[in-house]
Amino acid sequence: MKKLVLCLLLLSQSIHAEIEIYQFATPELESRYQTLTEELRCLVCQNQNIADSHAELAQDLRRKVYEKLSSGESNEQIITFMTERYGDFVLYRPPFNVKTLILWLAPILALIIGGFSFWSLLKHRKNEKIELSASERERLNKLLQTKSDKQ
Amino acid sequence: MKLRYLLPLGLFLVMAVFLGIGLKLDPHEVPSPLIDKPAPAFTLAQLHEPQKTFSPEYMKGKVWLLNVWASWCASCREEHVFFTEFARTNPSVNLIGLNYKDEPAAAQQWLAKLGNPYLVSVSDTEGMAGLDWGVYGVPETFVIDKKGIVRHKQTGPVDSTILQTVIMPLIEKLNTEAE
Repeated sequence: MKKLVLCLLLLSQSIHAEIEIYQFATPELESRYQTLTEELRCLVCQNQNIADSHAELAQDLRRKVYEKLSSGESNEQIITFMTERYGDFVLYRPPFNVKTLILWLAPILALIIGGFSFWSLLKHRKNEKIELSASERERLNKLLQTKSDKQ
Repeated sequence: MKLRYLLPLGLFLVMAVFLGIGLKLDPHEVPSPLIDKPAPAFTLAQLHEPQKTFSPEYMKGKVWLLNVWASWCASCREEHVFFTEFARTNPSVNLIGLNYKDEPAAAQQWLAKLGNPYLVSVSDTEGMAGLDWGVYGVPETFVIDKKGIVRHKQTGPVDSTILQTVIMPLIEKLNTEAE
């Protein structure tokens, strides 16, 4: 039992050590810090942003963001600093350029193609004339007759 | 059979090819924006002689390799064998080690045990030089030309094939370039 308590105590300490607390001069700085760390990707665990990641690299990058914000740098300056080192990949919202053209335009293109096919399908349907043969017409009349009789 | 019935099949095949290519790509290999840019500057203490410093400027006029390593990194140990062999067979190659976020004592011990292929290793204890070089997964290896321009980056451990077919031919090519 003593050992278990000791283990738990040690564990709780190591968990505490992972969370760093930054003091911001103004609430505005703090909210910019939140936005920036949520928009920057951690390159170690690529599906996490640096705000959520416990990777050491994410800690370092958070520290950089904090230091730069405190020294009065703008969001753009910080984003440029990151992309100069890690490329556009570090951004969750990649910029619009030649390389990302397909990425940004594909959804719009898909919508246009899909919309156009749907529209032409509907148009096609409308123009289709249904010709009934003599026997079919007779049957149809009969059916309509029985229905109106019942009413 | 009308051609338009084949259209979904065609679209499916195109998508399958793209997805197939996507499966083969390694998402951890992020292209470095540093390629063809000047090597980021730093001045750091040398691992073995902390009173001396090292800076990439000192290597101007030489083709050199910067290998980012740490004693805590398992795949560094894996690639270390290839680097020691490489340094032994190619003594003219300038191999510099950037000891990334490591304890200098542990790093020295590691080199003493496994062999030291580096001309010089520098201690980047805080990892801030690594950050400037865009390091995100050790080991990483950069090739820098005589003008101090980064020409190649290898993310992840090198092996003899990469050293023989990528790194060495590039060093030989860069050696023929003017300063």
